[in-house]
Amino acid sequence: MKMTKLAAFAATAITMASPVLADLVFPSLSYRTGPYAAGGIPFADGYADYFTMVNARDGGIGGVPIKMIECETGYNTEKGVECYESTKGEGALVYQPLSTGITYQLIPKVTADGIPMHTMGYGRTSAANGKVFSNVFNYPANYWNGASNAVNHILDINDGNIEGKTIALVYHNSAYGKEPIRTLEELSKKHGFKLSLLAVDHPGQEQKSQWLQIRREKPDYVVMYGWGVMNQVAVQEAANIRFPMENFIGIWWSGGEHDVLPAGDAANGYKALTFHGVGKDYPVFADVQKYVVEPGNAAGAGDQIGTAVYNRGFYAAMLAVEAAKTAQEIHGVKDITPAMMRDGMEALVIDEAKMTALGMPNFGPSFSVSCENHGGPGLGGVAQWDAGAKEWKLISDYAPSDMEVIGELIVEDSMAFAAENNIEERCN
Amino acid sequence: MSANFYFGVEVFLNGLMAGVMYSLVALGFVLIFKASGIFNYAQGVMALFAALTLVGFQNGQIPFAHLINAIFGTDLHHFGWHMPAFLAILCALGVMILFAFLVERYILKHLVNQEPIILFMATIGLAYFMEGFGDLMWGSDIKKLDVGIPQGGNIWLEENTAFLGGEDFYGFYLDNLDIWATVLAAILVTSLVLFSQYTKTGRALRAVADDHQAALSVGISLRSIWVIVWSIAGFVALVAGIMWGSKSGVQFSLSLIALKALPVLMLGGFTSIPGAIIGGLIIGVGEKMFEFLIGAPFLGGATENWFAYMLALLFLVFRPQGLFGEKIIERV
Repeated sequence: MKMTKLAAFAATAITMASPVLADLVFPSLSYRTGPYAAGGIPFADGYADYFTMVNARDGGIGGVPIKMIECETGYNTEKGVECYESTKGEGALVYQPLSTGITYQLIPKVTADGIPMHTMGYGRTSAANGKVFSNVFNYPANYWNGASNAVNHILDINDGNIEGKTIALVYHNSAYGKEPIRTLEELSKKHGFKLSLLAVDHPGQEQKSQWLQIRREKPDYVVMYGWGVMNQVAVQEAANIRFPMENFIGIWWSGGEHDVLPAGDAANGYKALTFHGVGKDYPVFADVQKYVVEPGNAAGAGDQIGTAVYNRGFYAAMLAVEAAKTAQEIHGVKDITPAMMRDGMEALVIDEAKMTALGMPNFGPSFSVSCENHGGPGLGGVAQWDAGAKEWKLISDYAPSDMEVIGELIVEDSMAFAAENNIEERCN
Repeated sequence: MSANFYFGVEVFLNGLMAGVMYSLVALGFVLIFKASGIFNYAQGVMALFAALTLVGFQNGQIPFAHLINAIFGTDLHHFGWHMPAFLAILCALGVMILFAFLVERYILKHLVNQEPIILFMATIGLAYFMEGFGDLMWGSDIKKLDVGIPQGGNIWLEENTAFLGGEDFYGFYLDNLDIWATVLAAILVTSLVLFSQYTKTGRALRAVADDHQAALSVGISLRSIWVIVWSIAGFVALVAGIMWGSKSGVQFSLSLIALKALPVLMLGGFTSIPGAIIGGLIIGVGEKMFEFLIGAPFLGGATENWFAYMLALLFLVFRPQGLFGEKIIERV
């Protein structure tokens, strides 16, 4: 037998002797079509590009390749559930449904199927209570943290005293938009500000009544929980009535480039909360260029890299990969199951040293997850729009939210859910 | 007079302006229904498609660039020009006329003499096809639309009316864009009325609207009339797309503006151009005043959508054909 044949035989034997590792499956429930596509595309691109980069650069997670399955939800709850049902059999490790409506439908399903779900900055806020919601995670921040982050920022720029000031909440008249109301009501009692509530009906193309009311009542600050076209119209209407943009603060879902660009220069100074970095001035983007863009493997049109919502998808994928690595370490196997992934998410620790090693220094807050706390500490920062440069600028550190107020609300809501569904507390 | 009174007047005026914006959308529905008895579900998507095409021409965007790049591995996106707004509007209008030809050639021609519900369903299919086609052609990103129409509060009006209501009143607020929309709507309606009353084609349109069979018997080509009507509806959609797109950027939720036109049609009637205008004004003022007087202070706000439909429903109960619609009597 010739040497080459021998070598080939040996190589085949070694390959067959090694355990065959299946791919690590990460479904991407995206929405690239429909009225909300402008927000869905950059997130889906960021999510996909991070996995592509890890596969190309590191050969996957712990040497096991990542397989991302994309399923189009159109931001439609029924389609989202269909996507879940059609992909869970592939060995899905974690779901990020990117919609509060889909999240609510999937909570009982993922719990029954033993698959973890990560709803970063959206979904059911009280899922932060890991004692009740075993399979749902919403670190590093949730809607209620966002409301508190906004009030804290207003406190900061008023030397800690906002007694007698008025804050108007302009919100999408849906379960999502109403999320911060209770938190803001509690915070208004604590800090003595007056809260004014202004609901905007879906889709939010016509907001004249709300902005005329703001013009009449002259609140000191406006906080917005908007989505889709509501954001662009609100920014334009605020500019039209000459509301000071630096006093207008949107939640992270109102903080994309596409939310401010249509208003042009008039949007200058508008602020939005964030729990991740903005722009692409991070070393990791050199790897994205080298391993994703240059080989022609960028997701979508490849034109979203560095935008706010792209970075959110990128960050979400990074957290998923780090949780998978943690799961591999805990269980000592590379080919992890959804149950192991859940354990990894519950033991996830993100610190600055890890972020720096990943080429993402200060890209997100440092936090850790535990059995009891699936939401992290709720750290959030503030970004401000520079219309001239057409870019967001992070103007604050990732600061804590008022967990004294939010913690109580989370316990109250999650315990009510536990009582309704006969869920026994865990982590004891 | 107290500041509150003047704020009420301000809400009333803004309601009129909002009503004009709704009417712009409703007009397209009326034109097609009047001439062909088709409730064109695709009217909102036509406004979106027209606005997308306009911005595409203005920015020199290469149509289907994403598709071409995906197939051939190229990196095409723009031609590198910036077309003047007027020329881009003419080009977009040309595309809408071409669209009218294609709709007639490939859809309507094959559905002559079918039940109205079949034609309605065909327009549903057309709407979803156009939404996807527009996405493929121009991309899903939100595009800034600037054809030179000024935006923002009218400062002159604000400053010259500030004295009316004392310290708490800051002058009337009216958006320049809405003022322009009103002027454009007035020109549009006048032109449409003059066209239908005093031109040969206009008279043919009215003849077809009155009785298809009779019009055919005197030699009017139904197919040509449909092309003309869909072209005019395409032009109206372009105007609506420009006005709404200037407010929010051109994006796919623009197609949802059709929802704002439905109560206007229910109230004004499906066959009357003045009805679309008057209906729009009543809906605009009604929903804004209700929100100001009752909705925001007592009901938690966001009452405009359902109130508009409730108001239209009330009119329907007492006048099923709408304020200006023709009463349909079918002999059996």
